[in-house]
Amino acid sequence: MLECLCTIILKTDPMNRKHFIVTTVLILLVFACSRDLPGTHKPEAFEGFRQPGNFPAPAYHFETNPVTKEGFELGRKLFYETRLSRNNTISCGSCHIQSSAFTQHGHDVSHGIDDRLGSRNTPPVMNLAWSPLFMWDGGIFDLDLQPVAPITTHEEMDETVANVVAKLQQAPEYRTLFQKAFGNDQISTGNLMKALSQFMLLCVSSRSKYDSVMRREGTAAFTSEEAAGYTLVVQKCGGCHKEPLFTDGSFRNNGLDTGTNKDPGRYAVTLRPEDRYKFKVPSLRNLAYTAPYMHDGRFYTLDAVLDHYTKGVQAAPGLDPLLTGNGAPGIPLTAGERDQVRAFLSTLNDRAFITDRLLAEQ
Amino acid sequence: MKRLYSFYTALFAAILLLASCSKDPVEPSYDQNALAPLSVEFDNIVGGQKLVLNTGAYTNALGQEYNIQLLQYFISNIQVGKADGTTYTVNPDSSYFLIRQDEPGTRFAHVRVPEGNYTSLTFTLGVDSLRSTMEVGKRTGVLDPGAGSGMYWGWNSGYIFFKMEGISPQAPSDPTGQHKFRYHIGGFGGYSTPTINNIKTIRIDLTSRGIAQVRKDRSANIHLMADISKVLSGSTNVSFAANPQVMFIDYSVNIANNYAGMFVHDHTEN
Repeated sequence: MLECLCTIILKTDPMNRKHFIVTTVLILLVFACSRDLPGTHKPEAFEGFRQPGNFPAPAYHFETNPVTKEGFELGRKLFYETRLSRNNTISCGSCHIQSSAFTQHGHDVSHGIDDRLGSRNTPPVMNLAWSPLFMWDGGIFDLDLQPVAPITTHEEMDETVANVVAKLQQAPEYRTLFQKAFGNDQISTGNLMKALSQFMLLCVSSRSKYDSVMRREGTAAFTSEEAAGYTLVVQKCGGCHKEPLFTDGSFRNNGLDTGTNKDPGRYAVTLRPEDRYKFKVPSLRNLAYTAPYMHDGRFYTLDAVLDHYTKGVQAAPGLDPLLTGNGAPGIPLTAGERDQVRAFLSTLNDRAFITDRLLAEQ
Repeated sequence: MKRLYSFYTALFAAILLLASCSKDPVEPSYDQNALAPLSVEFDNIVGGQKLVLNTGAYTNALGQEYNIQLLQYFISNIQVGKADGTTYTVNPDSSYFLIRQDEPGTRFAHVRVPEGNYTSLTFTLGVDSLRSTMEVGKRTGVLDPGAGSGMYWGWNSGYIFFKMEGISPQAPSDPTGQHKFRYHIGGFGGYSTPTINNIKTIRIDLTSRGIAQVRKDRSANIHLMADISKVLSGSTNVSFAANPQVMFIDYSVNIANNYAGMFVHDHTEN
C-alpha cells in the first residue's frame, strides 16, 4: 500500500506531487480521527437471530415475529419479571436458571410458587428455535403459546395471562418498551408472547467444543478419547439424540419404569395408546449443568443415566425399538466405552452459552 | 274485442294480486358490499325449564339431580343459506362468539350479511383447526389465549369448546370435598398427530319456524333454544356418578355428539 503510494508520488510532477501529498495526509488524518482508538472496545451491535453454520434451518416462524433489538430486550426483561407470577415472587428465570443452561438445577421436578411442586423436570430453554413441539409431552406446538402454560399452571406461576397483561399495562416503563418494540403501548397477549419468544429464540447453545470442531474453527480438535466417544454416541445414541441438536424432537419410551405417578407422557396429548409413557427426547447438550435427568428428574448423575441405558432398561410393551437390544434390552457399553462416551459428552458443554451476558438478567 | 281486452287486464291484475299475496316476501335487490345486521340468539334452557345458574334444579335422563354453576361455549363460522341453495359465509374475522350464561349480553351472535331472505343457518360449535393454530397475534377478543374466560388449554394448545360445571349429589366427592361435575370439551383434531375432533357443524332449517328477512333498516334475530339437558342425553346418557370429570379424554366424544343435537330453532324476529 505504502509502496504503491510512493510510486504514484514519485511519478507525478512536483506541483501535483505537493497537492497529492497534502490530500493524502488529510485523508489519513480523517481516518485517524475515527472513534475506534486502539485499546478501546466498541460495544457489539445487536445481531439478532443467527443461524449457526453447523445447524439445520430453524423450525420457528420468524416471518410472523422477526427478532429485533427492542423486542429481544423487552423479552429478556419479561423473562426475569416476577410480575408474571400470581404474587410477584417468581419469574421464568427463577426456574430456568442461565448458569444451569436455563434449567432448575438440583430439582427433580419443578419447584414453583408457594413451594408447590410440579410433576416433571424443568426442561432447558435452549435451541427452541429448532423445536417443532414443546414440553415433555409435546402438547404445545408454537413457541408463542408456550409461556401460557407456566404462567397459568397452579404449581408454577399460578397467574392468568390477562392479569399479567393488566399488571404490565399499569407500569409506564413497560408501556414505553412495548411501544418501542411493537409500535403499540397497549399491551396484548400476542405482543407479550412474541417478546418472550424473541428472548427464548436467542437462547442458542452452539459454542461448545463440539461445535468448534464441526465448524473447523481454528485448531479445535477432539482428543482421541473424545473422538472415540463421538463415534460411539453417533452410532449408539444418534438414533434419537441426533446431531447437531442431539435430539430428533421425537417422543419415545426409553424403558424407565412408569414411576409412582404413572405419568402417561405423550398419551395425554394424542390419546393414542401407543404414545403411553413416551416423552420428548432431550438434548445431550450442556449435561454438566442440567442434572437431574429424565422427565421426572429421577437420575441425579450422568453415571446413573448410563447405568439405566446399559442395564436398567425395562422390556415393557411400548419400549422404543432402538432399545430392544440384542438379547437384553438397552445399549451395551464396556467400561472403556463409557469413559469415551463421557469424554465426548463433555465437549457438548457450552460455557459461552451459560455465561453469555446478553442472556442474563440486566 | 274490447271486452276480451278488459278480461285479460282483469286476469293479469288478479295474477299480480295473487303473486303479491305469496307467503314469501319478494326479495329486494341488494348491494353485496352493503351488509345488513343479523343476530343469532342462543337461549339456554334445560328441558322445559329456564336455565338459572346455581339455583335451578334439574334431573338428567338417569334420574340424577344437578345444578349448573358455569356454562359457556364457542359458536363460530356462521353461514346463512337461501332457498335457491346459495350461501353467504360471514367474514371469519368477525365470526367467533363465546356464549356465557353468566353474561346475558353474550347470548347474541351479531353478524353482518347481505340483505336477503335466508332459509337456513349453519354454524360451528367450537373453534376450527385453522383458528386453533393461527399465529398468536391474530387471536384477539374471545380467541385471545390469555383471555380470562378459561376457555384455553395452555398445556395442550387449543380451545375448550364447551364448558359446563355444576353439582350433583350423585357425583363422587372430589379432592375439594364437593360433588362436582366438570365437563371441559375441546379437541380440534390434533396438530401433528391426529386425535379427537369435537368440532361440530350444526345446520338449522328456518323454513318451518320463520325465515330470516335481512334488511338494512331492520335487525333480524334468529332465536334458537339450546337445550342443555341434551348434552347429557342423546346418543349417550351421561352419568355424573360414572363420569364426573370429562376433559381431554376419549369419553369427551360422547358429550360432543350429544351437544351437536341441542339446538332447536324457536322463531325468527324480523
